[in-house]
Amino acid sequence: MTKTADKVFTVAVAGNPNAGKTTIFNNLTGARQRVGNYPGVTVEWKEGTVKRGDFSLKLVDLPGTYSLTAFSEEELVARDYLLNHAPDVVIDVVDASNLERNLFLTTELLEIGCPVIVVLNMADMARDRGLKIDIPALSARLGVPVVPAIGNRGEGMNEIIEAVANLMASNVSLPGAADVCRESGPSQASLSGVSVAASRTRVNYGPEVESLISRIEGMMPEAPHRRWQALKLIESDAKVLESVTVPGTREAIAGLTAEFAATSNDETDILLARLRYEFIGEICADVCRQPLTTKVTTSDKIDKVAMHPVWGVPIFLTMMYLVFTITFSLGNPLMDVIDKGVVWLSGTILNLWPADSATHLKSLLVDGIIGGVGGVIVFLPNIVLLFMAIAVLEGTGYMARAAFVMDRFMSKVGLHGKSFIPLLIGFGCTVPAIMATRTLETRRDRLITMMVLPLMSCGARLPIYALMIPAFFAPKWQGPMLWLIYVMGILLALGGAMFLRSTLFKGETTPFLMELPPYRMPTAGSLLVQMWTRAWLYVKKAGTVILGAAIILWFLTYYPKPPADYLPPADFDQTSVAAVVPFSEITSPDEKQAAELSYSVAGRVGRLMEPAIRPLGFDWRIGTALVGATAAKEVFVAQMGIVFAVGEADETSDHLRQRLRNRYSPLVGLCIMLFALISTPCIATFAITRQEAGSVRWALAQSFGLTGLAWIITFIIYQGGVLLKWGVA
Amino acid sequence: MPLTKVTEGARAILRSIEGGRELRGRLAALGLLPGTELEVIQNSGHGPFVVAVKGSRIVIGRGMASRIAVE
Repeated sequence: MTKTADKVFTVAVAGNPNAGKTTIFNNLTGARQRVGNYPGVTVEWKEGTVKRGDFSLKLVDLPGTYSLTAFSEEELVARDYLLNHAPDVVIDVVDASNLERNLFLTTELLEIGCPVIVVLNMADMARDRGLKIDIPALSARLGVPVVPAIGNRGEGMNEIIEAVANLMASNVSLPGAADVCRESGPSQASLSGVSVAASRTRVNYGPEVESLISRIEGMMPEAPHRRWQALKLIESDAKVLESVTVPGTREAIAGLTAEFAATSNDETDILLARLRYEFIGEICADVCRQPLTTKVTTSDKIDKVAMHPVWGVPIFLTMMYLVFTITFSLGNPLMDVIDKGVVWLSGTILNLWPADSATHLKSLLVDGIIGGVGGVIVFLPNIVLLFMAIAVLEGTGYMARAAFVMDRFMSKVGLHGKSFIPLLIGFGCTVPAIMATRTLETRRDRLITMMVLPLMSCGARLPIYALMIPAFFAPKWQGPMLWLIYVMGILLALGGAMFLRSTLFKGETTPFLMELPPYRMPTAGSLLVQMWTRAWLYVKKAGTVILGAAIILWFLTYYPKPPADYLPPADFDQTSVAAVVPFSEITSPDEKQAAELSYSVAGRVGRLMEPAIRPLGFDWRIGTALVGATAAKEVFVAQMGIVFAVGEADETSDHLRQRLRNRYSPLVGLCIMLFALISTPCIATFAITRQEAGSVRWALAQSFGLTGLAWIITFIIYQGGVLLKWGVA
Repeated sequence: MPLTKVTEGARAILRSIEGGRELRGRLAALGLLPGTELEVIQNSGHGPFVVAVKGSRIVIGRGMASRIAVE
């Protein structure tokens, strides 16, 4: 097998959530990681490599799970990986201070039949708790190598790699460990006699269950993981039963298990779980010496305050304030540096051409590529800092407390306590907020949060409000107006979550159940690796999808160019209605630009859209600016500047405000802001949603769903306002 | 009696779980199955619960706690 010849071994890293799996994985691989999603699901997938001498290890980080049942997406992903990809070795990261519960997964891994190495993590913490573990005895009882490690100090990493190498060396004479695992389960490995797997322990379920296992195994001699499958069939695991395709066998097995279930006092899944825990309990009793009393730990003391029914909320809000401040205040000076760099680069490129020449290439480079990608890269400091803050919250264990504190409020709208964090980040920028939904465990929570996230008014929409509000509203109403827009977004997001929860995601209820890990000090190295992988993911996105989208949008707003005899719509500006002249006779550069935009695809789309947006009080100019705003929401302001022929415009442009006031009523002003808030998010959000949700369908659903919602709400408000004669003067 | 009735600091033994396979499976994987001894760490009368079981701290939503019978 080429895999063995090249000496590249696949190593899956499994373990309970909070067992320190991520830290060990980061320590082993360093920054050599590839992060992505498992195809079609929201579960994160990470891969890294370790090179040692003449062999290299491909490490695959499996999602953290407590068991290998099929109740969550994570469990299914982990289990399917183990069954179908047959890694050469499985490193099972076990929390030494919580041995009994952690070994539950170990027993399941052993049952699947792949070679396992147990990494006894946080041996120091266990010792501090007065727990002593006899490692050779544990190894003997489990029949697999056991390596002690202290993940957050980087201790034991070489030993882990050595253990993998030893296991591989002892298996090299076989046709390939993976084949053994895949094709015949543990039994054949034991025949060869050299494999460590030969002595691998199996849980003894007692004569009754064992005879049932043998009978089921006998009915499917071809099955790759017979013992594991037999056990799952006894537990009546629907997925495994589906996988039995031999005619008649499935029915026969179902009959056998049903018969057994009828005679058993317990539910069969509980019975097997109890027998597993009994087996683990015996091992723990033999290898551990631990004090009998569960003493109040430092973690419990901190939790008395952090999870206090009253104080928990202000503490959480303070933490969130810190995250927000770090992300945006600390990030903004760095953003300015990048922004200056982008401006400098544009300037340098512009200087390559004579000052007043207008070439297509110049415009493509400066306005399309640099403008588009630069606008995204500028958020990089925010992304890096945000993920730093999140890594600290997760690494210390506070994230679980935050979920606990917020659950009371968030569960009312059908969201998870942890959803609060991405929603808050959404006020800054939707893109990192959607990436932050990775902290949510279930697919349902992630998707609901992602779908409503763009409604949290992001920083890029602020220039739109800053332009429109002073244009239409008296100073005393400006503050309340801004507040109204933000509150409207929050209410729509919460309402949207409730709506999705009771429609699309109706059936999938997951009860609130999670472990509170003890507080820990995360390592700088692990934090840096997490930060780096996220930042890189973001840069890659900016360099590919967003670059492509920026170029397409540039084309839409610049082409086709009008011919000399093109008669532009004379109403850029009410003050110059009389000036209906062919394009070639327009002298003002601003009006020239406006005429060009009106002739471009974006301008035509704007005009095509007019019948659809007229009921909202919008005309083709607003439509054109909205098309441009899909590149980035703040582009709306610049586009309005162009269609109104005022040249370079930003949110402080009084000239543009004057034109807007002349043409639109305050009611239309409000409708523009609402529509910009609710309708389709920017192209970067679309790209990140597609990536994080694992399918373009969710990104499309988000764009169209939100645009539909925006239309309905703006329609109601505009038509209502017209009827009530409110703000139409 | 339901777990919700157990006061902070008190110990109890889990007797039964009123729920489907999925709920039972999830609880079992976290070490909570009939016959297990647990200690209630936090029960503030509303909001989720915290229990200690097999050396770890588990948060259980109140709705679920009312479906867990203990003695």
